[in-house]
Amino acid sequence: MKIRVQSETFDLGTEVDAMRAGRTDIGAIASFVGLARDLNEGSGVAAMTLEHYPGMTEKALAALVDEANSRWTLLDVSVIHRVGRLLPGDPIVLVAVASSHRGEAFAACEFIMDFLKTRAPFWKKEETPQGERWVEARTSDDAAAERWR
Amino acid sequence: MKLHVLYFARLRERFGRAEETLDFDASTAADLIAYLQSRGGVWAEELDGSRAFRVAVNQDIVALDAVLPDQAEVAIFPPVTGG
Repeated sequence: MKIRVQSETFDLGTEVDAMRAGRTDIGAIASFVGLARDLNEGSGVAAMTLEHYPGMTEKALAALVDEANSRWTLLDVSVIHRVGRLLPGDPIVLVAVASSHRGEAFAACEFIMDFLKTRAPFWKKEETPQGERWVEARTSDDAAAERWR
Repeated sequence: MKLHVLYFARLRERFGRAEETLDFDASTAADLIAYLQSRGGVWAEELDGSRAFRVAVNQDIVALDAVLPDQAEVAIFPPVTGG
């Protein structure tokens, strides 16, 4: 299991290669990469800054991965989340899940993202032509997490 | 009892501080929130229940009836928006 909170960028290919290096028991790796967009709530976004709660962030991400491991048989999980100032097109978050078969990898990857959106202590602030604004939590994200109960 | 209180994101900006140490006899998170609300102004606006906020005690999100241990790290922040 790998959990990292970092300001540097990351590369999906590198992470997937590291996950499968030296082993032949993995049959499936499902991954998700979230990117910073240039548009949100109808206005342009020139940049965003991600704030987090050091200590709790890592603990919350580890708890999500533990819960995924208790629901599915997984061979490895990587979660990387960036903090600091990001520009449109920059990668924000990566989740990669390895398992024997695709079904568990797909499900666990989506589960981790849905819970990360509602439980991991990160906050986005956007720079728009109207000034800076904190992104408001979406009820659709709560609904997405709720369906796993 | 001593509490180490942290604020994040919009609340950190509106309250004009990232953290403070309080010497205060609160038995639950709700007691602490009521005390902070009593400061009035932005404290009342943000914590009177009209805007959503979350409370974490020792880095776990809790309900407002959660008991606060002495020396607890209590964080108050808006609903999270990462990912």
